[in-house]
Amino acid sequence: MRNPQLNAAGDLIHLLTLEGLPAEVIRRILDTAVPFTSIAEREVKKVPLLRGKTVFNLFFENSTRTRTTFEIAAKRLSADVINLNIGVSSTTKGETLLDTIDNLVAMNADMFVVRHAQSGAPHLIAAHLNRTGRSDVHVVNAGDGRHAHPTQGLLDLFTIRHYKKEFHNLTVAVVGDVLHSRVARSLIHGLTTVGTPEVRVIAPQTLLPTALTSLGVRVFNDMREGLAGCDVVVMLRLQSERMKGALLPSAGEYFKHYGLTAEKLALAKPDAIVMHPGPMNRGVEIESAVADGERSVILPQVTFGIAVRMAVLSILAGN
Amino acid sequence: MNIAIRGGRLIDPKHDVDRETTLWIADGRVASIDASPRGFKAERTIDASGLIVCPGLIDLSARLREPGLEYKATLESEMAAAVAGGISHLACPPDTDPPLDEPGLVAMLKYRARSLNQANVYPVGALTLGLKGETLTEMGELAEAGCVAFSHADRPLIDTQLLFRAMQYAATFRYRVWLRAQDAYLARGGFAHDGEVATRLGLPAIPATAETVALATIIALARETGVHLHVCRLSTAEGVAMLRTAKADGLSLTCDVSAHHLHLCDVDIGWFDPQCHLVPPLRGTRDRAALRKGLAEGTIDLVCSDHSPVDDDAKQLPFGEAEPGATGVELLLPLTLKWATEDRVPLASALARITVHPAAVIGVDAGHLGIGRSADVCVFDPNEHWTVTRGALRSQGKNTPFLGLEVPGRVRYTLVGGQIVYER
Repeated sequence: MRNPQLNAAGDLIHLLTLEGLPAEVIRRILDTAVPFTSIAEREVKKVPLLRGKTVFNLFFENSTRTRTTFEIAAKRLSADVINLNIGVSSTTKGETLLDTIDNLVAMNADMFVVRHAQSGAPHLIAAHLNRTGRSDVHVVNAGDGRHAHPTQGLLDLFTIRHYKKEFHNLTVAVVGDVLHSRVARSLIHGLTTVGTPEVRVIAPQTLLPTALTSLGVRVFNDMREGLAGCDVVVMLRLQSERMKGALLPSAGEYFKHYGLTAEKLALAKPDAIVMHPGPMNRGVEIESAVADGERSVILPQVTFGIAVRMAVLSILAGN
Repeated sequence: MNIAIRGGRLIDPKHDVDRETTLWIADGRVASIDASPRGFKAERTIDASGLIVCPGLIDLSARLREPGLEYKATLESEMAAAVAGGISHLACPPDTDPPLDEPGLVAMLKYRARSLNQANVYPVGALTLGLKGETLTEMGELAEAGCVAFSHADRPLIDTQLLFRAMQYAATFRYRVWLRAQDAYLARGGFAHDGEVATRLGLPAIPATAETVALATIIALARETGVHLHVCRLSTAEGVAMLRTAKADGLSLTCDVSAHHLHLCDVDIGWFDPQCHLVPPLRGTRDRAALRKGLAEGTIDLVCSDHSPVDDDAKQLPFGEAEPGATGVELLLPLTLKWATEDRVPLASALARITVHPAAVIGVDAGHLGIGRSADVCVFDPNEHWTVTRGALRSQGKNTPFLGLEVPGRVRYTLVGGQIVYER
């Protein structure tokens, strides 16, 4: 089955997942993002690459950060941006997802940035556009269920490359709720595709999907063991509804075993960087001293996120 | 009408018949095979040379969507589809709207089905009122109205004490109980097999233990109550092994697999294909291999279509929101033939799994061509291949994971009670 995000010539027509994306496509996006980082420092923070294009932010699930950074990215490229916070309202009105899409296509949309609570929703939209001969309308996955968050994965790769220059000599640890995390899945696929020799996952068994090792990672239940010798530590957000219940007994016990403290970080390499996709739960997955410490690159991740999303939108628009 | 079906290869697994001969039908019954009955004058002669003549197929699970779900399918559309698939007898699960939990509904369904004069319909009654798992239905009344067994369809039956009582009560009156093994808690929130595919795609998963834990419970309660148990839609390799052991221990029970699960596995989900959202979930390649082997060796007694017409609005949704199910009555024969060919199972043995074996589970004297029995016959061309397309399907449900696949076996005639109800 052909990867639905590539056309017959192998060009990127949608960005749905990093899984199966060729390494050169990922590198091209990262390279394209580099000059965009300096646009933010100019007095006029705009380039005309998407002038006349209309980008629809279709958020079927709430988000502030991702929606805002996509909006900024599109506006800095001079696109017209329409934000639709659909939530569950369209389904309660009886309109199906694909009916909504057809209507927006009829309004001459050029791109959809889609966030949805169901894994695979952006694939459904992209497949529908491909099937109806409208693959000129591009879909960017801004997070679908537990499946993928490819622009987050790309900005994580961009951040790692910015600080570490190369991937081929790195050990990267991803810590926390991988079971429910689209961020983790995208980062794991991205890291293995660009040739990271060791990707580790650290979590209790209740927060790990069954067949995780099939993604090419080493699994650790003990955080101290897993952090030893790491170059990069990526902390995942723990949703508050999962802190107490059948998956974990309490936030406090989670922090004791899997919270990142200065003392545990000392087990990683001395120049290891600390990342987090946000929003952080201070005192649950990470202590403030580390989150705000000199090895934290959490805020630069946000800044790079805009450049990476500009690169994705600009490449999809054919630049 | 007197009908002679000449020149075909007649296969009747129950009577061990497999030879080229003529089937003579008079007054709706099988009059003779081989020699012409005395004074027989055929009003219609069917040339079956190159074709297989076998008992009408029997499908243990075909949702007709009536009452209540007519926007998905109607009795007319699905009965036409069933006979086009060579099916002369079908059992329909109780998960209609309202569920088949009171005699009036069952009587109406039987009446509607009979007036269409096509396949014979055998309703399966709800084991509990509204399939809510709280109160037993009036099984006696339902059985009198025509229910051949009692089941909980795919709805959870969490209360094991109630399940135990239901089985005891059914055993008292020798009613058959058909159950699908799935632990409601272990399966909660999930919709894909817990394996590599669900891990990659981030799909909430149903572990194999959801089946095995429930199966252990059901088998233990069946042993205790002595109920006449049939296990529906087995899906895991471990489940097949447990059934094999239970049968070897002398427990009298039967079980089935859906035609989908003989051919598909979780890998077929690809990029979230909602057509592959089925109940139970498509499992791993190892499970599929075990199901195929289990069917060949007899641990699994029969194949059913698990026919569930789903409308496009309910299917064209993200995988988790898409309604599970697929159309199947027209694919039961082709998919069984495909399995038999691929696994080198003799044709007669394969046909037994969609004729005489399911007849025994329903408890009806059918699925064979004994002299004097109702002439329920399927005549098909085993060598004709056809492509499954929306247009080729008569069912109102056009959704199936097999769209686009070329399958073997084309039904040419279906006879029910000696009447030709389908021909092409």
